[in-house]
Amino acid sequence: MTSTLAPEDEAPEERPPEGTEVIAHEGLEARAAIAERRRGFFLGLPAMVYLTLLFVFPFFIVGVYSFATRSATGSTRLSDWNIDSYVKLFDPLVVGIVWRSFWIALLTTVICLVVAYPFAYYIATRSRATRNVLLVFVMIPFWSNFLIRTYAWRFLLGSDGPIAQASEALGLGTIRVLFTPVAVAIGLIYGFLPFMILPLYAAIERMDWRLVEAARDLYADGWTAFRKVTLPLTKSGILAGSLLVFVPSFGAYVTPEILGGAKTVMLGSYVVRQFQQARNWPFGSALSIVIMVIMLAALVARQRGGAKEL
Amino acid sequence: MRFGIRPGSTLERAMAGNAWFVYAFFYAPIITLVIFSFNASSRVGIWGGLSTTWYANIFRNPEVWDALKNSLVVAAVSTVVSTIIGTAAALAIDRYRFRGDRALDGILYLPIIIPDVTMAVMMLLFFARIFAFVDSFGPRLSLGLGTIALSHIAFNISFVAVVVRARLGQLDRSLEEAARDLYAGPWETFRRVTLPLIMPGVLGGALLALTLSLDDVVVTAFVAGPGSTTLPVYVFGLVRRGVSPEINALSTVMLVASIALVAGSLLVQRGPGRTSELAHEITHE
Repeated sequence: MTSTLAPEDEAPEERPPEGTEVIAHEGLEARAAIAERRRGFFLGLPAMVYLTLLFVFPFFIVGVYSFATRSATGSTRLSDWNIDSYVKLFDPLVVGIVWRSFWIALLTTVICLVVAYPFAYYIATRSRATRNVLLVFVMIPFWSNFLIRTYAWRFLLGSDGPIAQASEALGLGTIRVLFTPVAVAIGLIYGFLPFMILPLYAAIERMDWRLVEAARDLYADGWTAFRKVTLPLTKSGILAGSLLVFVPSFGAYVTPEILGGAKTVMLGSYVVRQFQQARNWPFGSALSIVIMVIMLAALVARQRGGAKEL
Repeated sequence: MRFGIRPGSTLERAMAGNAWFVYAFFYAPIITLVIFSFNASSRVGIWGGLSTTWYANIFRNPEVWDALKNSLVVAAVSTVVSTIIGTAAALAIDRYRFRGDRALDGILYLPIIIPDVTMAVMMLLFFARIFAFVDSFGPRLSLGLGTIALSHIAFNISFVAVVVRARLGQLDRSLEEAARDLYAGPWETFRRVTLPLIMPGVLGGALLALTLSLDDVVVTAFVAGPGSTTLPVYVFGLVRRGVSPEINALSTVMLVASIALVAGSLLVQRGPGRTSELAHEITHE
């Protein structure tokens, strides 16, 4: 359990006003409590410092760079602060790329949700032993090499690949999917489907089935019970899964680069291009800020949506 | 009727069908890739008999060996460091209330959802600024294996913490209390009771850190200097130029290694409900 969902398990006595506690019950217990808190703080400190240095602090550096100037040679001058990079975001080409990334990510999220919900429901309602086996076979693709799994689709969908060869041999003609948004969406669904399954599974598994039973006892039909009981109870899983699929899809780089080709550029590839080919770091930074804003908006949406049901 | 759906009903059979479809979708592409990596024909999609030529070719390629060596060095360093820091962070959040615990919980979640391109940009600019600052005092720093390892530690900490927390969530607290009642100090309790109990989680987390480090492309490509190419970055460069039987063979080797590490990680953590607990932790439920 984490702090986002269970604020109530922190008793109010955990953070008394500084000093008062020591005076009030000057005993071994109070001193032990302080020692405990200090121990926790020092255990967490390395991670806190490291992640602040490499995640929180760079967040601000990216912000600063987005207002910097690109010199004629492609180097970045941290002076003459301006909003040129943000103005450039409204260029029709850039708007087109952002829009394409958005709808491909949305399509990916919706398809993942539609496929993953019944799937997660199915595995969560098996016996404990079966459930664990079924889950392990979801975890394996979840953690294993993403690049190679994407490459597998490049190989399958290629003009010389097994699918094309088979369809030609069967006289079905040539199928041209590679280097289209459809290929990118297939790759993203393939890559991120486990990110949807796991939170849905977690939500369905801990549901109190007696509530569904009660609904049925009160003459709700199966569909109504699902819509009025199961769906609201698993909403946190739907929100978490959608977040975990939508955000990385929106900023994806490897998948569009391998399966999208030059015609299906997405925001992630466009950012990389600013750093590697175009050498326009300020504009690349502004584009990264767009991805982070979308990410934060998605996080807030999850928090809001999740909070309502409590 | 326990789960609201009758066993054997059309709805249940449809869901079973969907489940089979999902598993086929997950595994058919990679199995096809593995099979075709043994294809003798140089036309990748046409079966021309069994052959291990492509494997022989990649193992003779010095670039592959150099990239592999770099990958292993980075993975080893980042795994050891991130396992220590990540385990400590997991213990801190699971066991203690302290100033900043919520903030730590929040930033530990960041590397899990943040798209890797954004993470790569952040790391690159971070090192650019740090280098500019340090260089003004004399020494000349440059991107290379060191910066790759530092970046990998950053995202691995979170994943190790997730896995160790899943394990801690399953732990029977009374064992530690018993040790304390028998006058074991906090350190002794940790070393003799807590650590052995969470060891499967720590090992599982370490194996995952190893996997993630060996798999990363985007962050590595950004913070790698000349001559510090890792295996995935090398393969990514090849893949962008198109499909070839050598890439199929190299992919198969990497995929098998990756799956072996993941399976190993899940195996050391095994136990009733542990995979479920992991699902809860990953998604921050």
